[in-house]
Amino acid sequence: MEKKVNQKETLKKILHRIRKYWLYVVLSVAAASVSVALTLYFPILTGNAIDHILEPGNVDFEVIAQILKKMGIVILLTAAAQWIMNISNNKTAYHVVQDIRREAFEKIEILPLKYIDTHSYGEIVSRVIADADQFSDGLLMGFTQLFTGVITIFGTIGFMLSVNVKITLVVVVITPVSLLVASFIAKRTYTMFKLQSETRGEQTAFIEEMIGNQKVVQAFQHEKEAMEQFDDINERLGKYSLKAIFFSSLTNPATRFVNSLVYTGVGITGALSAITGGISVGQLSCFLSYANQYTKPFNEISGVVTEMQNALACAARIFELIEETPQTPEKEGASILECVDGNVCLDHVKFSYTPNQNLIENFNLNVKPGQRVAIVGPTGCGKTTMINLLMRFYDVDEGKISVEGRDIRNVTRKSLRTSYGMVLQDTWLKTGTIRENIAMGKPDATEEEVIHAAKMAHAHSFIKRLPDGYDTVITEDGGNLSQGQKQILCIARVMLCLPPMLILDEATSSIDTRTELKIQDVFAKMMKGRTSFIVAHRLSTIREADVILVMKDGAVIEQGNHETLMKKNGFYATLYNSQFAG
Amino acid sequence: MKRLLVYLKDYKKESILGPLFKLLEASFELFVPLVMAAIIDKGIADGNKKYVISMCIVMIALGVIGLVCSITAQYFAAKAAVGFSTKLRHALFEHIQSFSFTEMDTVGTSTLITRMTSDVNQVQSGVNLVLRLFLRSPFIVLGAMVMAFTIDVKAAFIFVVTIPLLSVVVFGIMLITIPFYRKVQAGLDRVLGVTRENLTGVRVIRAFGKEEEEKERFKRSNQDLTKIQIYVGKISSLLNPLTYIILNLAVAALIWQGGLQVNAGKITQGEVIALVNYMSQILIELVKLANLIITVTKALACAKRIENVLDIEGSMKEEEIIRTGDQTKKEEEIAVEFRNVNLRYKNAGDDSLKQINLKVKKGQTIGIIGGTGSGKTSLVHLIPRFYDATQGTVFVDGRDVRTYSLEELRRKVGIVMQKAVLFKGTIRDNLSWGKKDASEEEMYGALEIAQAGDIVKKKESGLDFMVGQGGKNLSGGQRQRLTIARAVVKSPDILILDDSASALDFATDAKLRRAIRDMEGKTTVFLVSQRTSSLQHADQIVVLDDGEVAGIGSHEELLKNCSVYQEIYYSQFKKEEA
Repeated sequence: MEKKVNQKETLKKILHRIRKYWLYVVLSVAAASVSVALTLYFPILTGNAIDHILEPGNVDFEVIAQILKKMGIVILLTAAAQWIMNISNNKTAYHVVQDIRREAFEKIEILPLKYIDTHSYGEIVSRVIADADQFSDGLLMGFTQLFTGVITIFGTIGFMLSVNVKITLVVVVITPVSLLVASFIAKRTYTMFKLQSETRGEQTAFIEEMIGNQKVVQAFQHEKEAMEQFDDINERLGKYSLKAIFFSSLTNPATRFVNSLVYTGVGITGALSAITGGISVGQLSCFLSYANQYTKPFNEISGVVTEMQNALACAARIFELIEETPQTPEKEGASILECVDGNVCLDHVKFSYTPNQNLIENFNLNVKPGQRVAIVGPTGCGKTTMINLLMRFYDVDEGKISVEGRDIRNVTRKSLRTSYGMVLQDTWLKTGTIRENIAMGKPDATEEEVIHAAKMAHAHSFIKRLPDGYDTVITEDGGNLSQGQKQILCIARVMLCLPPMLILDEATSSIDTRTELKIQDVFAKMMKGRTSFIVAHRLSTIREADVILVMKDGAVIEQGNHETLMKKNGFYATLYNSQFAG
Repeated sequence: MKRLLVYLKDYKKESILGPLFKLLEASFELFVPLVMAAIIDKGIADGNKKYVISMCIVMIALGVIGLVCSITAQYFAAKAAVGFSTKLRHALFEHIQSFSFTEMDTVGTSTLITRMTSDVNQVQSGVNLVLRLFLRSPFIVLGAMVMAFTIDVKAAFIFVVTIPLLSVVVFGIMLITIPFYRKVQAGLDRVLGVTRENLTGVRVIRAFGKEEEEKERFKRSNQDLTKIQIYVGKISSLLNPLTYIILNLAVAALIWQGGLQVNAGKITQGEVIALVNYMSQILIELVKLANLIITVTKALACAKRIENVLDIEGSMKEEEIIRTGDQTKKEEEIAVEFRNVNLRYKNAGDDSLKQINLKVKKGQTIGIIGGTGSGKTSLVHLIPRFYDATQGTVFVDGRDVRTYSLEELRRKVGIVMQKAVLFKGTIRDNLSWGKKDASEEEMYGALEIAQAGDIVKKKESGLDFMVGQGGKNLSGGQRQRLTIARAVVKSPDILILDDSASALDFATDAKLRRAIRDMEGKTTVFLVSQRTSSLQHADQIVVLDDGEVAGIGSHEELLKNCSVYQEIYYSQFKKEEA
């Protein structure tokens, strides 16, 4: 019951988006009606003509010529109507999908980070791509076939009734049998298909695991066991597939058999009434072709209905994304954060990712311009949480964070975020040239500025050695660069705009020692006079920090500079000393 | 495709019987219009009700026989297609397993996975459809024409003209649109790319305040996609109207010609109707054939890709193993030796390892240090023969590694790789990868050494805790420690830890190193690390720089006379000592 309501809701939303293209829809419906009516009229013409072809010497060529002329016009009109219908449907379906896709993407841009962090990328992408695609296919097919199918059915009944009631009854009574047969088979095959797709999923997961980690499999000589496990799944899949494919392929012969029953039924009643003079031979031939036309939409409709249901399910999934709650909108009159010196203040901050698990409670921190804050702690202690809060990727639950005394919720996100220069551990570059990537924060940067930034980050020499220099195109995820090179580019990207505050997240973890040394120098230059938040394992950075935040299990457990923390002899001291324990 | 047909060999019977039954069914279908013509010409014209009824019984009989034939055909086709794909998948999996690291590096795993899954599925449905329809459709088209000839030669000529014309339109439109569908796919890939990028880079994009530009970028690729889609749609929209025109004009021509022939007393009224019926049968089959060809083209492309995988040969040949028996007899003091070893990866321009010479005694702990890309991992990967040295020889227990069988060699070596990979299953299952019949004590022992005892103890289900696919339900540090335990359970002669403590904090890392040093037996340990502090207490430290050995010795020795080591050490400790 609930499913039905949901489908109705989804349908409403789709119709709402189609409304923009109502002209095409009207055109399509009109053309479809014309094309169906003419298609149905054609067999009548054929029948008429045949009635004038009786026996040798008894053929009325004059009338036939008249009919043939009519046929010619009907043919051309039908073809034109069909074409208009196809084109209009195409336009409607593709434009609606384009709109929906854009809506979905624009939603992604304003979704809270929380949503993106807790959903797999693949899942979101598949909504925007695969689901939208399936939906457009379904919409196109459903549009064309369902509509013409239904008009054909009713049109045929009407035309047939006008010719002969008895034969019409035969057709109307037998045809639904094919629907029954089809749905009977469909119900039986559903379980088979489910088993098949479950097993197929199991197999894909297994393949991904084993082939994806073949190096480990080989290192542990696990090949034989893997093969055995694979064969077990493979055999099962074969068994289920055979059943699923065979049973589903029964639909076609079965419905065709029912069709031949209808055909025979028309033949026998038609011929008998022709003998008694009820109808003419031409009318019988007309009925025979109706019998064919009439059963076709019935056979197709069951397919169309599943396709449409699938399309609706896909649409529902996209709408789910589109209707996801966006991040809290900018406050009305949110101002632009300007003239930042680097005063950052966290005041009684409370925050957690999940409601009943408190991470940060009553946290206070006052950072003066130019100070360095080091965030340390074992892995998984929640160091990125601080970044999430400072950049306002997440909002605090209680308390407030302010920059230059202004609550960051009262300034625009863009102005807050561009006040920070951020280098994350996860080195992300966009597809595009190296130049575009470096100039990301300042698209109108001059060539000199770009090269200067690259030189500062020690990226210039390796960029020059690339085949196209600064015009080298970086593929998705920077596949053609080494991890270290990507990291250097991320640094150059920040170097170009050099905002008043910095966030560095284990920035140099995968650069080799020599480059790292050089980058240390550059970082030192960058940090001079800038408020910096550094997530680091490096003790030298930590010792030089003005404030050290020691984090464990998501919470800040100690706070102070190196000396005070060492004196305290708490968690930090243990952590620090362990570096020298052999 | 030829190479793949081998896997259909066991289903010869099905592959022949399937199409055969299909043809039988089709021939019965071809008789129907003739029967109807007989009803009209004899039954109605003579007013013979009995004849009409008996002919209708013949028609039902034809239908029943057709149904039986067709179900039989479907069964054989499904059996052959599924059997084929099951065999093919088995062969592919087996083949891919024989790939060495070199092939895995060059081909890429994601490619192999799609070959094994979606490509095989496509080929399967291709085979199934071909067996069912490939003979049937042309047979009906030609059969209908032949039937027309038996009725009247002159009228049949209309068929001779119409069929090629229809084929040109149907296949022509198909040929024109196929390349465009590739463009549609490319457009879709671009839209997908932008979407993915905006998810993976969400923090950077928002940090730079780039949301509006990204929306604009998406809008552009989205519009481009729609434009191509509509363009292709326009072309394929022509198919229906054009075929409709040709077919029905042919019907009109048949009526005119039929009229002439009936007038001349050559054919009957019923036969004219039969001719018209044959014409409509042809169109239905041609459209089916066109769809079939699309599926088959796709399947052939997939088959080609699968063949490419089957054509790749494992570069590591075990047949070459020369057994030199006497070498194993004497107890060797040296566990691992590298003699003038060079390594160049396939397709690489330069050597990754150059002139490596190294002797490691049994029970020693060897540290390996150097910057990224200096060849640390390459060096240790030569020991279990993941790659073959391009020059020089690697010896394990005094024997050239190439004289071992891979199984014998790799049994000696336990390796923990950089990427901590666990498999779906219980912790127990994962640990038993190291040693199939490991006892619970052995497992707990290994877990203690790997500092992973707590992880298991904290879980309610203990060793039976289910690890999700890829170990998703464990943290990076937990995964790392469990992979170490997996290697330790093996109690290998040689234990290699390839930067496998990177996700551990200092204290745990230190405890781990101490536990490994105190391990029983004479295990030779290779420790790869970026931190000098992790290696300080190793018996020997190998310093690598750009694939070459920059120094070998103890921490103190290197600190005195190896400039690269000094540089690394001081960059990490300078401030503390000052």
